Amino acid sequence: MSKQEEKKDGEGLDSTSDSKYSSDKVGIALFFVGFGIALFIGWVIFPKLLYSQKKQPLDFNHSTHLEVVDNGCEDCHYFREDGSFSGVPRLATCAECHEEAQGESSEEATLITKYIEPEKEIPWLIYSKQPDCVFFSHAAHVKMAKIECKTCHGAKGESDHLPVYEYNRITGYSRDIWGRSISGIKRNSWDSMKMDDCAECHRKNGVNNACFVCHK
Amino acid sequence: MKEAYKETTRYGMVIDLDKCTGCGTCMVACMAENNISFKEDETNKLDSITWMRVYKITNGRPYPNTEICYIPRPCMHCEGSHGHPAPCVSVCPATATDQDPKTGIVSQIYTRCFGCRYCMAACPYHARYFNWWDPVWPGEMEKYLNPDVSPRMRGVVEKCSFCHHRLQRAKNKAYLEGRREIREDEYIPACAQACPANAITFGDLNNPEHKVYKLKKSPYAFRLLERLGTNPKVYYLSRKGWVRRAADN
Repeated sequence: MSKQEEKKDGEGLDSTSDSKYSSDKVGIALFFVGFGIALFIGWVIFPKLLYSQKKQPLDFNHSTHLEVVDNGCEDCHYFREDGSFSGVPRLATCAECHEEAQGESSEEATLITKYIEPEKEIPWLIYSKQPDCVFFSHAAHVKMAKIECKTCHGAKGESDHLPVYEYNRITGYSRDIWGRSISGIKRNSWDSMKMDDCAECHRKNGVNNACFVCHK
Repeated sequence: MKEAYKETTRYGMVIDLDKCTGCGTCMVACMAENNISFKEDETNKLDSITWMRVYKITNGRPYPNTEICYIPRPCMHCEGSHGHPAPCVSVCPATATDQDPKTGIVSQIYTRCFGCRYCMAACPYHARYFNWWDPVWPGEMEKYLNPDVSPRMRGVVEKCSFCHHRLQRAKNKAYLEGRREIREDEYIPACAQACPANAITFGDLNNPEHKVYKLKKSPYAFRLLERLGTNPKVYYLSRKGWVRRAADN
């Protein structure tokens, strides 16, 4: 359009085309400002709004516990005889050692007075809790395929504190399922636990990928 | 191709109609096992969800020659023929249903289904059901739900899964013991387990050591609507000619 106009105007560049040029500049600048705002809302504000935080009922130090037990993770996160996986241990497992306070910390006092003495289960929030339609066999992965806990759960066993539990306000699912990165880009195998992550590994290893392998 | 098919497991069922008394225990067991909810008024059977349904047929002759036969009908888990999958699998636009190549079981994934009901139209056995309402369990009945089966929401189709979660459970145990093979008695659907007349036999149709392998070769064995080429994995047994003819082969 501007080329045609230039031809019509002939040789002289008058003041009207000058102001048009500057208003184009403003337009482009406005576009980028708007684009920047949109990106900022999408990548910074929206994730903040989308996820809500909850505190675990107690803090837990995985690394100290890992030092005292004999069989590593499986000492507390064990398999039952029928092949099912116990997941997060129940109070009885804690009470085996924590019948009486093991130290002076305030967390220890809470554990004893709030849970051990009244024999009340600790309402842990589970980071890796999958939707109801998902079936996952720990036996198949840990016993048959010999995959380490770390491959999916990360180095939880070496942590001193529990991370803040975040969940999606719309779906109610833990943030660890989608992963910390909003773009979904993975750096480590444990960064997210979506269906795609399961399917990708199954494909790579030539494992059956039929729907009913992981769905119930 | 044919050899490969023979090497894999094909779970299937053989139902002896001469043993079936039509008591309906299989239906009750199925509903309890698979978290099937109910309505306040169940008189409209067109709305009822019955993964396993007992049909009644008669030979249509007057007394004293009247004979009755009850036909329990789960999902047939059609194998398909000539390279075509089961009717429901081939029509699903959402890939919400597929056939597991390793077991032959036809799945239904509720979270993937968007409720177009094309599969229901395609299924010649009426084995698929639509959830017109969200399921409701009165009072504390929710505590009785089977944790291994996910409840369905309004607007999706559901059907018999051969109690696939029981296979998953059996596999878990086998893996813990370092086995990959599942024994015949380790995986049985709820209906087969509950049948008081032992009319339902379940196992691997391709494994000569399983009971179903021999039973399906009986001269009295037949399948429903075989001529359609759906190649069902549920076989029926009956010594009565009129019953076999009623299967419309």
